[in-house]
Amino acid sequence: MASDSKIAKPKLKLAVYWASSCGGCCVSVLDTHEKLLDIVAAADPVFWPIAMDIKYHDVEAMEDQSIDLTLFNGAVRNSENRHMARVLRDKSKILVAYGACAGMGGIPGLANFFTKEDLFRRVYDDSESTVNPDRIRPMPVSEVPEGTLEIPGFFNRVYALDQVVEVDYYIPGCPPQSERLIEVFTAVVTGANLPPKGSVVGAGEKTNCEDCLRIKSENKKVSRFYRPWEIQEDKKSCFLEQGIICMGPATRSGCGVRCVAGNSPCRGCYGPPSTTDDAGARMMAAISSMIDSDQPETIDEAVSTIADPGGLFYRFSLPASILEKP
Amino acid sequence: MKKITIDPITRLEGHGKIEIFLNNEGEVGNVYFQVPELRGFEKFCEGRPVEELSSIVTKICGVCPGCHHMASGKAIDAVFGIEPTPTAKKIRELFYMAHFVHSHIAHFYALAAPDFVVGPTADPAKRNILGVIEAVGLKVGSEVIKQRRIAQEIQALIGGHQTHVIMNTPGGVKKGITEEERDDIVKKAEGFVEFGKYSMQLFKDVVLGNKLYLDLIMNGPYSLALHSMGLVDDNNHVNFYDGKVRVVDTNGNELYKYPAPEYRDYVEERVEPWSYLKFPYLKKIGWHGFIDGQSSGVYQATPLSRLNAAEGMATPAAQKEYQFMYKTLGGKPVHATMVMHWARLVELIYSAERCLELARDPDITGKELRAPVTGIVGEGVGVVEAQRGTLTHHYWTDDKGIVTKVNLIVGTTNNHAAICMSLKKAAQGLIKKDTPVTEGTLNMIEMAFRAYDPCFSCATHSLPGEMKMVVCVRDSRGNILSTVKRG
Repeated sequence: MASDSKIAKPKLKLAVYWASSCGGCCVSVLDTHEKLLDIVAAADPVFWPIAMDIKYHDVEAMEDQSIDLTLFNGAVRNSENRHMARVLRDKSKILVAYGACAGMGGIPGLANFFTKEDLFRRVYDDSESTVNPDRIRPMPVSEVPEGTLEIPGFFNRVYALDQVVEVDYYIPGCPPQSERLIEVFTAVVTGANLPPKGSVVGAGEKTNCEDCLRIKSENKKVSRFYRPWEIQEDKKSCFLEQGIICMGPATRSGCGVRCVAGNSPCRGCYGPPSTTDDAGARMMAAISSMIDSDQPETIDEAVSTIADPGGLFYRFSLPASILEKP
Repeated sequence: MKKITIDPITRLEGHGKIEIFLNNEGEVGNVYFQVPELRGFEKFCEGRPVEELSSIVTKICGVCPGCHHMASGKAIDAVFGIEPTPTAKKIRELFYMAHFVHSHIAHFYALAAPDFVVGPTADPAKRNILGVIEAVGLKVGSEVIKQRRIAQEIQALIGGHQTHVIMNTPGGVKKGITEEERDDIVKKAEGFVEFGKYSMQLFKDVVLGNKLYLDLIMNGPYSLALHSMGLVDDNNHVNFYDGKVRVVDTNGNELYKYPAPEYRDYVEERVEPWSYLKFPYLKKIGWHGFIDGQSSGVYQATPLSRLNAAEGMATPAAQKEYQFMYKTLGGKPVHATMVMHWARLVELIYSAERCLELARDPDITGKELRAPVTGIVGEGVGVVEAQRGTLTHHYWTDDKGIVTKVNLIVGTTNNHAAICMSLKKAAQGLIKKDTPVTEGTLNMIEMAFRAYDPCFSCATHSLPGEMKMVVCVRDSRGNILSTVKRG
């Protein structure tokens, strides 16, 4: 196989698709700046709605397995998202769940604390600026004087990509750091040994705490937790040791701890580290070990000072969490 | 009726679909612009601690996260009943000006310029940013990329994260600016001002200097007489970060000028079954359908509307250009959709000048970054001008600051009805009975929505690549009668 590198390889075929997403993942691909030209030199983009004009039926007409690498970002929120996930699974040799939404459900996954009806009622009926006496709701099929109009059907919950199709790799982050994407892309292009299917790539194995530059003391204990505005944090020591919830211990390294450098505690967008698959369980363990007591009542009291633990611990991972497992 | 479907519309931020219905005479009967997605932030923000919202709502849009962060930061301040410190307020606005510089540069050069510098019906393979660079020269092209990158660097420095900014905290910001950082920003902002003026001159030379384009702008099927909305300061000058919302009617007379928290007295939204996105309109006039004119409740919130709704710009070079634009076009207000591109460049100069002004401000390196929280009011509205329209965040909380309700009216949403109408007008003007629909025709229809820089169109269309599009003309059963392809 050593001679492989001397043979001119055909250019890879690359697809980037967004499902229920904000566009930030596509921006992270563009934010490779000059390196983007290297990517385009090594791979032909064959489908990328933010940047080029290939339509759905063009993709549907492609041969199965004809796309070498698909970066699928965004959660699966509606029937169109699921349809495109299935189409791109069939067409792709390697399907990557790119970013927190595709990987774990992401921020849109917080909607799983509610039902579809809760969402619709808030947005279309109860919204203070909305007037809708006839309780009109967006419908998959509606008749207008000129003919029929269709929009995708809205699911009752949000799914991570691997809950609707098989996923080969995961690149975490909200959005993934562009340098990590380049590393993974280079590995695919050069045919370097890729890790086993199902692996998280483009991130570390340890926790964010290992990369954090804030000062940590040994065995610092806390007796309660604070919301950021309740105290003046010192901008240099560990957030948790100051009693401010930071998801660092339950979050995979790889982002460069950027938010903490901006004096903001981690919120866990890189997902749980390799030693666990549930961020909330890991966070509860980390918090319990920090509380300055071994009395269950005192621990409960300290934990009760955490505002919205569910929304905090599963900020990016609710659809993929143990809370959602039957 | 025959139906032309464009799905998905591409090279934009988010998802969209255009349905054009032709009547039996082969003329355009109606056009529907549909938004096929909803994520429901209004609901799933409930139950969260309110201070967390500023870093949750940035995920509404990865292209303009700074706008949501700022509107949210202001709404959260109001929930706690506090004002940010003078330094914090200026740091926020400084960040925000860099956000505008970045976005407006990207839109003008990558999105708008291909249609004018290269040409609306030019070879689609050339009608992109590379074609623009070919026409204006590589030196200018490199400068575009450089200035946009510098604006992003300022955002990353102040904002704390390169995409999803995390700088705001109740009553202020999490991180200050050092003297060295300030000196660096001043130099960069000086470059923005020069580049803004250069871009305006380019527009004048290439677009205004070309009779064909001028005619297309002024007389093409791109005008809608709608009311104009925008934020203004105490002098009725355009402001992006703060001020009152001013609405002027189709003749340019002031209809309303209200503090942001009163938005519900002035704006209402309606629901249509064929789109997940709602349709706002002026409440006191009411909804009278997708029509323009003085009696219509439909309004626009775009760069041109902001200029129409104001009486001038707060910085000198922008003010000069503001006066020149209206003098050239024969006075205010202007309703030609394509003039949005011109107005966006006036705003580019303003944001660059304001960026420089703030960077030089003695307060900007101040150490008082956060006002203390002393209580919880429990309700707050935050409004800013997003690049794509007036952005409103409204939060309610319980007495512990846990969110109980959220209402949002997002920039592009303001323009939903207007975009539908612009597309219809362009399609009606351009698709003629018994005349084949060419690629150039399709592009000129798309120019109608591109002018709005809708948030599903993004600041990052800078990739080389031809504009490919397929339009199918179908009969009422969905059978394809003819297909037009380009690219």
